[in-house]
Amino acid sequence: MDQFLQQLVNGISLGSIYALIALGYTMVYGIIKLINFAHGDIYMIGAYIGFAVTTYAKLGFVPALIISMVLCAILGIIIEKVAYKPLRNSSRIAVLITAIGMSLLLEYIMMFFVGAGVRSFPKVLSDSLFYISNITIKMQQIYIVITTVVLMVILQFIVNKTKIGKAMRAVSTDKDAAQLMGIKVDNTISFTFAIGSALAGAAGVLVGIYYNSIDPLMGMMPGLKAFVAAVFGGIGNIPGAMIGGLVIGLLETFVSGYGNSMYRDAAVFAFLIIILIIKPSGLLGKNTKEKV
Amino acid sequence: MLEIKNLNVYYGVIHALKNVSLTVNKGEIVTLIGANGAGKTTTLRTLSGLNKATSGEIILEGKSIVNLSASNRVEIGISQVPEGRRIFPQMSVLENLELGAFLRKDKSEIKKDIEHMYELFPILGKRKKQMAGTLSGGEQQMLAMARALMSKPNLLLLDEPSMGLAPLLVREIFDIIKNINMTGTTILLVEQNAKMALSIAHRAYVLETGKIAMSGTGEELAKSDEIQKSYLGGN
Repeated sequence: MDQFLQQLVNGISLGSIYALIALGYTMVYGIIKLINFAHGDIYMIGAYIGFAVTTYAKLGFVPALIISMVLCAILGIIIEKVAYKPLRNSSRIAVLITAIGMSLLLEYIMMFFVGAGVRSFPKVLSDSLFYISNITIKMQQIYIVITTVVLMVILQFIVNKTKIGKAMRAVSTDKDAAQLMGIKVDNTISFTFAIGSALAGAAGVLVGIYYNSIDPLMGMMPGLKAFVAAVFGGIGNIPGAMIGGLVIGLLETFVSGYGNSMYRDAAVFAFLIIILIIKPSGLLGKNTKEKV
Repeated sequence: MLEIKNLNVYYGVIHALKNVSLTVNKGEIVTLIGANGAGKTTTLRTLSGLNKATSGEIILEGKSIVNLSASNRVEIGISQVPEGRRIFPQMSVLENLELGAFLRKDKSEIKKDIEHMYELFPILGKRKKQMAGTLSGGEQQMLAMARALMSKPNLLLLDEPSMGLAPLLVREIFDIIKNINMTGTTILLVEQNAKMALSIAHRAYVLETGKIAMSGTGEELAKSDEIQKSYLGGN
């Protein structure tokens, strides 16, 4: 039982991070039907920004988080404008290949500038431990979960209650109809990239602090797993990505805890295959038909 | 009010509109009728800025609007009810109406106008919290029209409002169109239901494979032999 609860705690904190990354995947997919493979690398760059801010500028956790989110949002907008916008009317496969190219470009540009070595964050959050009977909870895990919950509440508010959120939903359902409302599609897409990238940047800082090690290729695996999370939740669906992230995090920690940690990646991807066979539209994926 | 001069539109190599010219005067209902694929929807999409004109002029109240973006065209008073209604199915009726007023900043006026839409279309008032996708076809058509009116257009473009509706509902929709026109909104109506369209239109144009084939008052065209034969099922 203790073992179970312990894995649950670890799974929720890992899952929160996957959820933050998965949100960016799902939002971008929802609006331009692109699997943005460079998304995991924005998360990596977010981690490096956090590293620079805490190490060289000696700032604390919250400023590091905010600076990283803002810079990642700008990076997301630039990537969209430079790489994806010129291909807006091309086939989807062309954009997808561009996204993979963008991913490799970001990874190796970073490697050129910061080297391939692993770096570690300074101690910006207390690493004290709590014990509830035999379960260990790290202070950092609490920070991760709180940060994630706060960001998700803000995101839900933006998407459901604000004008730009309504514009995002309108553009993702029907671009032409959205234009007929006077919505500027390009601005709305930029905004979506900004939000998704900011969330990835936040995830990067959290991971840097939690695992205390970052490198230029760190975005590949979490990026893919967050993609699985987005597909599991129903790609394009925001609550789906949140749930999907948690489920993938839990799956991974339980496989490591009870089985063999060598198999945790295999388990996640086997899970993807099973979803695609059983319910390709995902947990909350919509399949609404139009009335004619 | 609206003047289209020698408009040409291509889809790739397909020449969809060939030198189309037409005018809509202030306060009129003008209808554009024609068979499937004649270019009616293309004309409206080009007017709204969703398609690009290859050549030709679109002039609204003396100003060329050919280079304006779709969003700017809504701003200067062109609103469209697109073919197939294209409401946002996963949003409530109220949210759909709010999106119609996307470019407006006068919050209290928007609220008043939403109430006004509920008077004009009582069924929408009853269903304001309901997801738009759960409405019936006729209700969705009304929602699409109310949504388009929320931008306070001077010129309303209607693309096949009768599509897929029961005859009784078609009559109701056309009555509403007449009412909207009476309150001062100029209307350009695209229809396959030529009989209904000609019965409410001041003037009409017939589009055949991308070209204007005929024009005249609604009455004139309704009586013309050719129209009788091709569009009204007469002999």
